[in-house]
Amino acid sequence: MAADISKLGVKAGWKDLTEGMMIAGAGTSKEFNTGEWSTDKPEFIEDKCKQCLLCVPVCPDSCIPVEDMKRGVFDYKHCKGCGICVKACPFGAITMEGVK
Amino acid sequence: MSYNFKETMNKPERLAPGHRMCAGCGGTIAVRNVLRGLHEGDRAVIGNATGCLEVSTFTYPYTAWEDSYIHNAFENAGATLSGVEGAYKALKRKGKLDETYKFITFGGDGGTYDIGFQSLSGAMERNHDLVYVCYDNGAYMNTGIQRSSATPMYADTTTTPVGSQSNGKPQNRKDLAAIIAAHDVPYVAQTTFVQNFKDLHVKSEKAIYTPGAAFLNIMAPCPRGWRYNTPDIMEICRLGVETCYWPLFEVEEGKWILNYEPKKKLPIEDFLRPQGRFKHLFKKGNEYLLEAFQKEVDRRWDELLFRCSR
Amino acid sequence: MAKRDRLSGNEAVAIALRQINPDVFPAFPITPSTEIPQYFASFAANGQVDTEFIPVESEHSSMSAAIGASAAGARSLTATSSCGLAYMWEELYIAASNRLPLALALVNRALSGPININCDHSDSMGARDSGWIQMYAENNQEAYDNMVQAYRISEHPDVRLPIMICQDGFITSHAVENIELLEDEEVQKFVGEYNPENYLLNPQCPMAVGPYSVTDYYMEAKRNQAEGMRHVSRVVLDVAKEYKKLSGREYGLFEEYRMDDAERAVVMIGSAAGTTKDAIDRLREQGEKVGLIKIRLYRPFPASEIAEALKNVKAVAIMDRAEGYTNHGGPLGADVMAALYRAHADALAVNYIYGLGGRDVRVKDMENVFAALKQMMADGDAGETYRYLGIRE
Repeated sequence: MAADISKLGVKAGWKDLTEGMMIAGAGTSKEFNTGEWSTDKPEFIEDKCKQCLLCVPVCPDSCIPVEDMKRGVFDYKHCKGCGICVKACPFGAITMEGVK
Repeated sequence: MSYNFKETMNKPERLAPGHRMCAGCGGTIAVRNVLRGLHEGDRAVIGNATGCLEVSTFTYPYTAWEDSYIHNAFENAGATLSGVEGAYKALKRKGKLDETYKFITFGGDGGTYDIGFQSLSGAMERNHDLVYVCYDNGAYMNTGIQRSSATPMYADTTTTPVGSQSNGKPQNRKDLAAIIAAHDVPYVAQTTFVQNFKDLHVKSEKAIYTPGAAFLNIMAPCPRGWRYNTPDIMEICRLGVETCYWPLFEVEEGKWILNYEPKKKLPIEDFLRPQGRFKHLFKKGNEYLLEAFQKEVDRRWDELLFRCSR
Repeated sequence: MAKRDRLSGNEAVAIALRQINPDVFPAFPITPSTEIPQYFASFAANGQVDTEFIPVESEHSSMSAAIGASAAGARSLTATSSCGLAYMWEELYIAASNRLPLALALVNRALSGPININCDHSDSMGARDSGWIQMYAENNQEAYDNMVQAYRISEHPDVRLPIMICQDGFITSHAVENIELLEDEEVQKFVGEYNPENYLLNPQCPMAVGPYSVTDYYMEAKRNQAEGMRHVSRVVLDVAKEYKKLSGREYGLFEEYRMDDAERAVVMIGSAAGTTKDAIDRLREQGEKVGLIKIRLYRPFPASEIAEALKNVKAVAIMDRAEGYTNHGGPLGADVMAALYRAHADALAVNYIYGLGGRDVRVKDMENVFAALKQMMADGDAGETYRYLGIRE
């Protein structure tokens, strides 16, 4: 049974914590919005995108979702605005303030 | 093992967003792309030495891992996963488990080259069916950029600071991939983020699916510790390879194989110049340091060519 | 049906482990515990167990691998002594805080330095606050019986904590004594299968173990862990009751030897209790009202039960086979005196340091302790409360 992490906020009492601080389940970090860390975000210009997917593996934050061999819009809930994808795009389909 | 880039990118993500690594971190780029080496349907248990990756990817109650994950301590990722793999064998033997699991553990260079070296050596020598992945950023970044035995010569770190009597770290870096190869394990490889990750992907898949112990050493730049412009990580990696600072090679069943030879080896300055940790090398009067660095890179490259020619 | 045999403590524990047939046993050699993995390796080599035996490169790794195996869903253990335990110190805390019910067959030996291979309790006393259950034996039979009961206690859903089964180095581990063994099937039935709810190799649900915990959680996590410890005494007694039905042998949290009308008592741990019993028998023949409390469960510490057992005693000597360097005694002394204080006891109490590095404890030595207690009663004063037994001046 996966743990319900909504009950494990920082105000949780000691009885509510999971035994041994183990978390049954996976990928619960999606509930933590690292996108709040920065205001600069990459912008996706879909018209220029050739769906080469070269931006996908360079993202340290798994913020470029791929479905049916095509990339989707940025996951701004988690994107920290590092700018690596801007440089990885050969077609100028990603821009970001301050990244040339 | 062929590499279809788009199909590889289309695989389900095994490292979830929401982890707390710095913006632009090379560590998680390494992790995501190693995990793409797993075949769909195969389960994995991921191990992790203490370090940036651990404190950032499993901050209670948030785990970024889509597979089972265990962090134990700093110096024992090899031993911990040995125990997990042992449990897998025992539960299989007793008929308590049908599914296929693979075992991959990640450690930074501090947890791998230094404090976890004995545990790693033991796990390799015993030839457990697991992969140890070192994401090598050349210093103890989690504790604030202290030198490790993976730190390159002359790097300015917080425990080898540049000063009036110091040019940074006095020693060369340890050649860990060669040391692990000397354990006579089935598979050892060194790679980084180049060629659309083909080299890294193929080596990861080989490491994961070669029976027995495997070791991957991945140069994973750290924008904080190396002090380069964060978006330039891929260029930094390319220069690491083109200057022969970070050669791409593998050792399969004891046979050394060079995976890439630059058409024109670039001078080491090209790799060092964009990095703030080497800024002092470009001061007037310090040309001799650059020469010494180049000499060391050349010596190691020649040594590698010799190993691969046999 | 019980089988009679003549075995050393190490052999007895190794046989208990063969009968339990655990899943994973990583181990590293150290005197005097090393015979346990040696015997076990031969069981594995001859197909007598299904266990994955992993001969690792250090004790730190043996405990690390045992932790990995236990988290993965396997019943695991290791064995060690002395510096080996010290080397895995960090890992002891991690096993306990992860609530992993693995076992450690500890053969007590002095810590370095100077290096010494003989018995004292400085190794396990150093680990007394690590969150492990600690159980001690007087002899081979108790070491065997404790090992058979270990997983029933540690794996109990209300407990889920690691357990250290301790015996005295050489004195117990290497001396051959008569012993009664249970049948293999009896042990297997008693111990049962290990089926944890969450584990790494659970195909139905992955799991993450070993998080970073920010300050907001750390203290609550420790309190949550302590809750497991609070159930240990009850579970130890329940398991002992069931074990008595199987074996006929009775166990509690501690043994009270001729304590009924005792005015003077010794509290101690381990093999020297046998010697003390001989001293008590002799003194009782002379009409002296003396008795012994021999601790079986040291962590958690049965403080109120011990105070209750000592309530009619006028003078007590608490025997520590380890130094504490506190300038006022050893760890058992501190625990028992705190228990007496809380119970508002007015017994005179002294603390002896004895038997370090394998120093012999003779019947005469223990008679001297009882004589000293008699003197304290006559003086109405405990005098020096931090004493060494049989030290050359």
